[in-house]
Amino acid sequence: MTMFDLTLAAARDELRARRLSARELTQSYLDAIAALNPRLNAYITVTPERALAQADAADAALARGQAGPLTGIPLAIKDLFCTAGVRTTAGSRILEQFVPPYESTVSANLLRDGAVFLGKANLDEFAMGSSNMTSAYGAVENPWKRRQDTSAVLVPGGSSGGSASAVAARLALGATATDTGGSIRQPASFCGIPGIKPTYGRCSRWGIVAFASSLDQAGPLARTVEDCAILLGSMAGHDPKDSTSADRPVPDFAAACKRGVKGLRIGVPREYTMDGMPEEISVLWQQGLAWMRDAGAEIVDVSLPHTKYGLATYYIVAPAEASSNLARYDGVRFGLRENGEDLRDLYERTRAAGFGPEVRRRILIGTYVLSAGYYDAYYVRAQKVRALILRDFTEVFSKVDALLTPTAPSAAFAQGENMDDPIKMYLNDIFTVPASMAGVPGMSVPAGLDANGLPLGLQVLGKPFDEETVFAVSAAIERAAGFSALPSIRAGA
Amino acid sequence: MAYIIEGNTGAWEVVVGLEVHAQVISRSKLFSGAATDFGAEPNTQVSFIDAAFPGMLPVINRVCVAQAVRTGLGLNARINVVSHFDRKNYFYPDLPSGYQISQYQHPIVGEGRIEIELADGSTRSIGVTRLHLEQDAGKSLHDQHPTKSYIDLNRAGVALMEIVSEPDIRSPEEAGAYLTKVRSILRYLGTCDGNMDEGSMRADVNVSVRKHGEPFRTRCEVKNVNSIRFVMQAVEVEAKRQVEVWESGGTVDQETRLFDSARGVTRSMRSKEDAHDYRYFPDPDLLPLVLDEAWVEALRQDLPELPDPKKARFVGEYGLTVYDAGVLVAEQATANFFEEVAKGRDVKTAANWVTGDLFAALNRMGRTIEQSPVSAANLGKLLDLMADNTINGRIAKDVFTAMVETGDDPAAIVEARGLRQVTDTGAIDAAVDAVLAANPDKVADYRAGKDKLFGFFVGQVMKAMAGKGNPALVNEVLKRKLS
Repeated sequence: MTMFDLTLAAARDELRARRLSARELTQSYLDAIAALNPRLNAYITVTPERALAQADAADAALARGQAGPLTGIPLAIKDLFCTAGVRTTAGSRILEQFVPPYESTVSANLLRDGAVFLGKANLDEFAMGSSNMTSAYGAVENPWKRRQDTSAVLVPGGSSGGSASAVAARLALGATATDTGGSIRQPASFCGIPGIKPTYGRCSRWGIVAFASSLDQAGPLARTVEDCAILLGSMAGHDPKDSTSADRPVPDFAAACKRGVKGLRIGVPREYTMDGMPEEISVLWQQGLAWMRDAGAEIVDVSLPHTKYGLATYYIVAPAEASSNLARYDGVRFGLRENGEDLRDLYERTRAAGFGPEVRRRILIGTYVLSAGYYDAYYVRAQKVRALILRDFTEVFSKVDALLTPTAPSAAFAQGENMDDPIKMYLNDIFTVPASMAGVPGMSVPAGLDANGLPLGLQVLGKPFDEETVFAVSAAIERAAGFSALPSIRAGA
Repeated sequence: MAYIIEGNTGAWEVVVGLEVHAQVISRSKLFSGAATDFGAEPNTQVSFIDAAFPGMLPVINRVCVAQAVRTGLGLNARINVVSHFDRKNYFYPDLPSGYQISQYQHPIVGEGRIEIELADGSTRSIGVTRLHLEQDAGKSLHDQHPTKSYIDLNRAGVALMEIVSEPDIRSPEEAGAYLTKVRSILRYLGTCDGNMDEGSMRADVNVSVRKHGEPFRTRCEVKNVNSIRFVMQAVEVEAKRQVEVWESGGTVDQETRLFDSARGVTRSMRSKEDAHDYRYFPDPDLLPLVLDEAWVEALRQDLPELPDPKKARFVGEYGLTVYDAGVLVAEQATANFFEEVAKGRDVKTAANWVTGDLFAALNRMGRTIEQSPVSAANLGKLLDLMADNTINGRIAKDVFTAMVETGDDPAAIVEARGLRQVTDTGAIDAAVDAVLAANPDKVADYRAGKDKLFGFFVGQVMKAMAGKGNPALVNEVLKRKLS
């Protein structure tokens, strides 16, 4: 048993009991980052001095008996959250030198509760990707290895690949992440850790670099479902600076983890399967349903008929919003500037040098679907389908309390795989995108291993603003699965 | 009289619609807390939201919404309880986010009507299509550096109301009258200062021409015209240009044009082919704007008396002519000034002094009524001094001139300068005797029947009394002594 085996909740107890100092804990994680990050590349920026200063402040608070919910807990912050005085790149070259003068609401909430920030986690450029291969700061390695093929470098999923890899490899006790179409849940599944995308509006988007505003939502990745609940409790809350933030109280998510599932009705949407999906994922899904039945839940077959349009719709709505959101990166006020002959040349050079191929592709798609003559055929139609997807969920949730599905149609793949065809890559999000389109909460929980010894996650979807039930079901799966496998690359190993 | 352009092929009618951009009076911007003061140092009133920094989000300013609703109510327009904000996408350095937040499909205010008054006394009703809220852009400064442009973002994000008229306007005069009326209403409401010099109100002018009875022909949009006079000129020259194009066998292309006020012509700015594709879509950062109907009703109850009802009241209550009432209500401050002067006094005299001597003095000094050196209270006192015969009308003009110069109380001026009217018959008798004695020949002529000389005697007596003689008494004494 090492310090790295402590969950967030356990570390918190140790800190409060003063059996462990925040400085000790933080220093250990910083040392682990120094040792493993050169390989994993989970962090773009590490901030040891800040982290230690925050740890010392945490120790002082602990000594005074004024510990907050996260006092002294070392976290990784996805580099999409603006952090005051600390470079925030969004994984893009265009923001390579950008140091925000403000702190995002979510990260500010975590600091308010005493957290220590180790650094900024790697991600797909502007959160666009499912493999973390599109980051301008290099790919992130998944700390898990295939049993038979240990030389293959696996992707951690994306876009929150750095956050997931850091938590899985124990380079942080937890991490912030964001999910637009699956960017928390899919990396969680690939890296064998839980992660939740709460209801749209639960966490403020203020200070998070925008990808697709109607879909972006912050959430945590951590070691356990309870740890996720503790982190979300700090991250969430109404923010008058975000007009889409929900003005409702934040419940005790951690308490909900203990509720159990007895008497809950859990739906099985028949559409959540895909051609070529490994058999073991279907088997694990059935296993998950059996665990729920055994724990006292009632399993109900349901249908979400518009699921099949989810991905196509998402790849109209998200790029449309992104094409507009990313217009501000023009080289005029902040970030990269490549001077040109005239204004247009400055724009073209700056954006050509600053944006990678996937970001450019999505800007082009988004610009196209909003163009005169195509707007009705694409954007308007996509909004109509989006409304139907939401209606599917609304109807289903009048019958069941939660849904259980696979998180992703595969385990982690290797760098270089799925790279030839963007559509293949987009299919990673097939099970996560519908909940994003509907704005409902979704959590991935590690539930088993595939034949290669790679983790697979199950996804729990809940009613809007009923993260408590999502946590209850997820915690029950976690207990039943007894998932204890660990990645081969990790601190303290 | 209908406005007609006589071409070689017959008479042409002008069709005009106006889009008025009016800067909303509010302390902070439409979606940020930055200040909106005019004339501040460049880039000192810019929040991170206005500069579109990563992760910044807009939050609607309730005051701007209230101003738009009040304006809609003032334009007799329908208030849309639910409206939406859209993004209008285009790249320009003075537009930091790369999109302007505007209202495209669902504006906050729908159809309304405005009565305009024309010089011949006739009125017309012009339809308002809509009013929507949108952000202003910043300002590009091209004259600060030989090769570079500078950007001032102070104005970026300031709330604008775009008020769109129906194509109901048929002449330059109507265009001017419409703009004048809109400006007057906005100023009454306190929703826009209407200051076209500072750019807080500007107009895009849509012009087409047609033969009588035809459907509309292609229109051109003349952008950013910044005075009422220029709008009228732009309508005139653009309509003439189009008539010439049509009559020379050409076609008018739909395009955006600029008005060159120095040369008095419009010039092509960009053709329809070069028109931006703005890629409008609903702004996902903002929820639909839903108004509480009780709140709207409270705003309605709180509206000031607007020019049209006020004018009707001035005619009905004070017996003013429609013309005088129109002049007095054009500016709320003038109307208030007049009512303060008129209160408890002779209304016609009050109106004459305000529209006559006071307006002349203000014009001469280039001042507004708010900056008048003569307060309404003091002008009222001056009228009182005449009414109670302390001074006569002629002296009143001199006292008024002194009031304009000094801003002093008229009673103090009268006392200090000894201008009190002389009603002492002894003094008047003496002055009359002296004048008659000095002009025996004229006295003889008068008595021989040259009645017209009476005025001469009055003038001489008043002159001898330094203008202070009571005119009625002077007349009376003269008549008596000459008879």
